[in-house]
Amino acid sequence: MTPTSSPAAPAKRQLTVPTVADLAAQGKSPEILFWVGCAGAFDDRYKRVTRAFARILEHVGTNYAVLGLEESCTGDPAKRAGNEFLFQMQAMQNITTMNGYGIKKIVTACPHCFNTIKNEYPALGGDYEVIHHSTYLQQLINEGKVAVQGGESYKGRRITFHDSCYLGRANNIYEAPRDVLAALDADLVEMKRSKANGLCCGAGGAQMWKEPEPGKKDINIERTEEALATLSGQAAALDNLRGVETERTVPSQHSLQGSIIAVSCPFCMTMMSDGVKNKEQESAVQVFDLAELVASAEGINA
Amino acid sequence: MLQPILFALLLLAAFGLFTWQVRKIRANILVGRDRDMSGHFGERLNKTLLVAFGQQKMFKRLTPALLHLVVYVGFLVINIEVIEIIIDGLFGTHRFLSFLGPVYDALMAVNEILAALVIVAVAAFWWRRNHHPPVQRFTGPELRMWPKLDANIILYIEVALMLALFFMNSADIKLHQLEGKELPGAFPVSHFLANLLPTTNVATLEGLERAGWWIHITGILLFLNYLPSSKHFHIIMAFPNVWYSRLVPQGQFSNVDSITHEVKAMMDPSYEVPAPATNPDGSALAPTPFGAKDVEDLPWTALLNAYSCTECGRCTSVCPANLTGKLLSPRKIIMDTRDRVEEKYNSPLIFHPNVYGPEAKHEPITDLANATLLRGKVTPEELWACTTCNACVESCPVNINPLESIVEMRRFLVLEESAAPNSLNVMFSNIENNGAPWAFSPSDRLNWADDLYVAEKAPARA
Repeated sequence: MTPTSSPAAPAKRQLTVPTVADLAAQGKSPEILFWVGCAGAFDDRYKRVTRAFARILEHVGTNYAVLGLEESCTGDPAKRAGNEFLFQMQAMQNITTMNGYGIKKIVTACPHCFNTIKNEYPALGGDYEVIHHSTYLQQLINEGKVAVQGGESYKGRRITFHDSCYLGRANNIYEAPRDVLAALDADLVEMKRSKANGLCCGAGGAQMWKEPEPGKKDINIERTEEALATLSGQAAALDNLRGVETERTVPSQHSLQGSIIAVSCPFCMTMMSDGVKNKEQESAVQVFDLAELVASAEGINA
Repeated sequence: MLQPILFALLLLAAFGLFTWQVRKIRANILVGRDRDMSGHFGERLNKTLLVAFGQQKMFKRLTPALLHLVVYVGFLVINIEVIEIIIDGLFGTHRFLSFLGPVYDALMAVNEILAALVIVAVAAFWWRRNHHPPVQRFTGPELRMWPKLDANIILYIEVALMLALFFMNSADIKLHQLEGKELPGAFPVSHFLANLLPTTNVATLEGLERAGWWIHITGILLFLNYLPSSKHFHIIMAFPNVWYSRLVPQGQFSNVDSITHEVKAMMDPSYEVPAPATNPDGSALAPTPFGAKDVEDLPWTALLNAYSCTECGRCTSVCPANLTGKLLSPRKIIMDTRDRVEEKYNSPLIFHPNVYGPEAKHEPITDLANATLLRGKVTPEELWACTTCNACVESCPVNINPLESIVEMRRFLVLEESAAPNSLNVMFSNIENNGAPWAFSPSDRLNWADDLYVAEKAPARA
């Protein structure tokens, strides 16, 4: 069931992920830089996403490389928390590195890195074409380079997509991740609060690194409840949460078993996974990133 | 001859007083920091037409959008009649525009229907605010006595204005009927009302017609001068506010140029920091802090935002922090900003509710040193609850940006007071020391690529 274990993998090859420095030593430079991000490099759960995305890049024969040890935090959490000085130190360090290598195009699986490099680096001298991996995957599927066939089948599985604020409202990317999921032939269901009206997972703005302020609920629980209710066909019952008075109790129309919350952001991944655990549904509902779903549907995990 | 003179004086006084108030508000907005919002004419025009004139963002919620549309279109169309009233008032004419013939018929008919619909919409608005429990976004700790009263005053004035219009028209119709004449214009509602008028006394009817006329126009002029004290000022400020919207992606936070110079100088000792701006006489300007402690530290657009807010609460109703019971309410930040700028700078207000009203007596400011926007009104607890998710920005029908003010105040807390929550300080030092917000060794950054295999499979199409 997990995308990392594929049923039968006859031939596999080990990957040596190229670094920009290695390529430079050979007098080459990558067509596209894969910006891994701190969560992608260090968070155990999101490392699986990074690995899935690297497999996809290798599978389609992309001319890519990573910065490896030369990559450093974009400064996003520092900037959102108000530490503009630290942000600009990080940004300028990264810009110096990337400009030194003549980087032109960047792909990243983190909406926060994406937003920061795309929108905030230009003012500091870093001008790149930056694309989020959801858009990149959408392009691969549209170009026919990835058929999303030959591996795990998601046909008919109930999937709901949780919009990341920094992809959605921050950068108006709503359709790319949905197009990717549509290619899986799954049963896509939308939460009531989706796209421009999507509810934050609770981790943005540096909340990831602190305890929430006192309140009556954690934001990720509110969001997970909505996702679970949507997946089980009980979303109407959630009207109660929003102060809409209803006496109806809507019977569950769908079993939660095997359904998926799809995310496209490392922080959403953490928050939604914690939420599912908190609701004790982790044996029924899984939280996957788009890259994991694509790699597993394509059957390239080994 | 007396009436036109009286009317001219009234008009002069009303517009004079309004101009005086608006100039003070303009000065208040300009205490904010400079921000270049020039250029992008086409894009700004487009946004203004869609969002301000076209009410595009209101239509995310259909019921209030339709009710609001009635009042908004009513406001626009009935203003055409105000032009006639002003001409009649100044020159002693009666229904000056009636020479327009069928156009006048149509105009009056539309006017009457809209006026009736406005009364219905206003009644619905009143119900939404005042029944128990009211619509949720019309509650909340920041909607204290004055904001609640203000909201109802606006509704009462609007009904009074519409009723005056109907009294004027129906009395006029009856007067004409008694003389066996037809009043120019079509009046579907007042024609009906005229039959209900319980008198055929010409003097009474003339008095009624004149009273309706004077109450309608005086009411409008009074209302005009009430606006600067009220959230209803949005009917004017929404337009410049949308015009000066941020045009960059919502995720892009402002750059602090002064810090850019410092960081560049640190990384490259040969970098020349440009000379700081000086006063016109060449003396050094007072140093400006990083971020915002008080209203003058915010960009002027944030203060324009504050004067454009009609306290509808859409921002707060979609705020994930507020939804889950945290103290943060984006609407409160905007309301606090307006209150504070008037407390500290000009108060142009005739009513001045926040300084002299019962509200102020309940919460006297005792800690004068901390009577700034930050801490005096907005607490760090509110600021740290924000997830920077942009839901508030997205939801605002007039493109107010509470997030920007929140981040500016966070900047002050962190850069001027080192007052971030402890866990965030840990995150900062992790970034400084490890290049990552967590305490991982930078040498492990490529460990994710260890033992990585891919299944050999031809790509679908090379």
